[in-house]
Amino acid sequence: MINTHDILETINMIREENLDIRTITMGISLLSCADADIHASCEKIYEKICRRASRLVETGENIEKEYGVPIIHKRISVTPISMLVAASGGDPVLYAETLERAARTVGVNFIGGYSALVQKGFAAGDRALIDSIPEALAETEHICSSVNVGSTKAGINMDAVATMGQIVRRAAEATADNGCIGPAKLVVFCNAPEDNPFMAGAFHGVGEPDCVINVGVSGPGVVRAALQKIPHGNITDVADTVKKTAFKITRVGQLVAKEAAKRLGVPFGIVDLSLAPTPAVGDSVAHILEEMGLEQCGAHGTTACLALLNDAVKKGGVMASSHVGGLSGAFIPVSEDAGMIAAAENGTLSIEKLEAMTAVCSVGLDMIIIPGDTSAEVISGIIADEAAIGMVNSKTTAVRVIPAIGKEIGDTLNFGGLLGYGPVMRLNTASPADFIHRGGRIPAPIQSLKN
Amino acid sequence: MRAIITVVGRDTVGILAKVSALCAQHNVNIIEVTQSILQDMFCMIMLADVSECNVAFTVLADEAKALGEEMNLSIRAMHEDIFNSMHRI
Repeated sequence: MINTHDILETINMIREENLDIRTITMGISLLSCADADIHASCEKIYEKICRRASRLVETGENIEKEYGVPIIHKRISVTPISMLVAASGGDPVLYAETLERAARTVGVNFIGGYSALVQKGFAAGDRALIDSIPEALAETEHICSSVNVGSTKAGINMDAVATMGQIVRRAAEATADNGCIGPAKLVVFCNAPEDNPFMAGAFHGVGEPDCVINVGVSGPGVVRAALQKIPHGNITDVADTVKKTAFKITRVGQLVAKEAAKRLGVPFGIVDLSLAPTPAVGDSVAHILEEMGLEQCGAHGTTACLALLNDAVKKGGVMASSHVGGLSGAFIPVSEDAGMIAAAENGTLSIEKLEAMTAVCSVGLDMIIIPGDTSAEVISGIIADEAAIGMVNSKTTAVRVIPAIGKEIGDTLNFGGLLGYGPVMRLNTASPADFIHRGGRIPAPIQSLKN
Repeated sequence: MRAIITVVGRDTVGILAKVSALCAQHNVNIIEVTQSILQDMFCMIMLADVSECNVAFTVLADEAKALGEEMNLSIRAMHEDIFNSMHRI
């Protein structure tokens, strides 16, 4: 039998330290549903999602009970809808409504993939889809949207960057009477991964199989608890402890992913090794950084601590899983992390520091609440900066900022649930408008020429 | 399939009896038991064979949890593989 210490350690991770599997996400290709008639296309989509995912939620719940580890979300990612719009034309919002209907039927809490990939330019369907995002997010509850505006290989599509600044603003305005929830479901990417199981940026890439199971792990509380046991260890000890802990967390993810894939008769895709925080006490990435010795997240030294954490999570996790993918690293969403919220509230954590942190973490500026009167050009400037960091460093970066319509710096916006709450943060409001309105493309960097 | 049943909480009379009775009622064979009492905290770990269990394992897990709540203890029945995968390469 496994020894008592190990058994109690696992039980304690689940009971006290919030170890959970954050999401089982089923990727479903909708390429087979494309039709020149938009209504026929929508019906095929509804049928395929309901058929493929009919047992997803039930299977997740059974695995949760049998293995005793919480599985928080069961979700679906689909082929970027812009590709279906390319074939059918028509009003893309019909697709959003169809996905919403499918989400309600199968019982998942999000479907991701109301998306377009425009890093090098707009193809048929892309502009129409992007333009419909504010309305689609306002009219649905369970649909997530993402747009990829740049990549290391293609450079940055500045026309798309300019457009997305306007779209983020319009998404907030369209949901102003509903806590500005629209832009919380919209991610603007550079180097978007095609197998990411995490919302709001999940979509099912065209190189993926017809149907696949991807799993996102979590566990910031477990890492912090492990570090609490070595208050006087040096930084090498800290890195080793994170690695060992990440290994254990990821093994659970691998087990759940393989079991879910087997029971659903679908191939196992990847495990995404991410530390995904929630607003719950004891589930914070900021608190891990503080455990390393920072007075508060955002202090000088934060970027170094995050770089160590992000790297050690990957090194520990990569041996624990047969296929690693998605975003894999530490997330730093402000409104979803109790430690980040506290640091933003008292001014220790600024948006400039967060931008630096995104150069070494797994995603980007995430769930940041900005003043309601922020111009579309400033938002585009934020997106361009993040995309540049991603493009040059060959990593994924993203922007998910929420203009809090009618609110000012220091006010609070509350989304409720796992999306959390946070203060409206101060932005540099000097105008990048002339730069943004130039349009065109930032050429791919020299790093792209690897052949 | 084998399961690990853990019981953690304040020591009271009849814990082992009640958990064993639940196992017997569902035709679950207890293979090994270790228990310790640290200060007043009772901690018992059972390795059980549930392959002949007469209800679905999820039902057994629910009943174990409910029994724990009734006795003011934390009782969990979990598939052995979660411990194997986490602690063995």
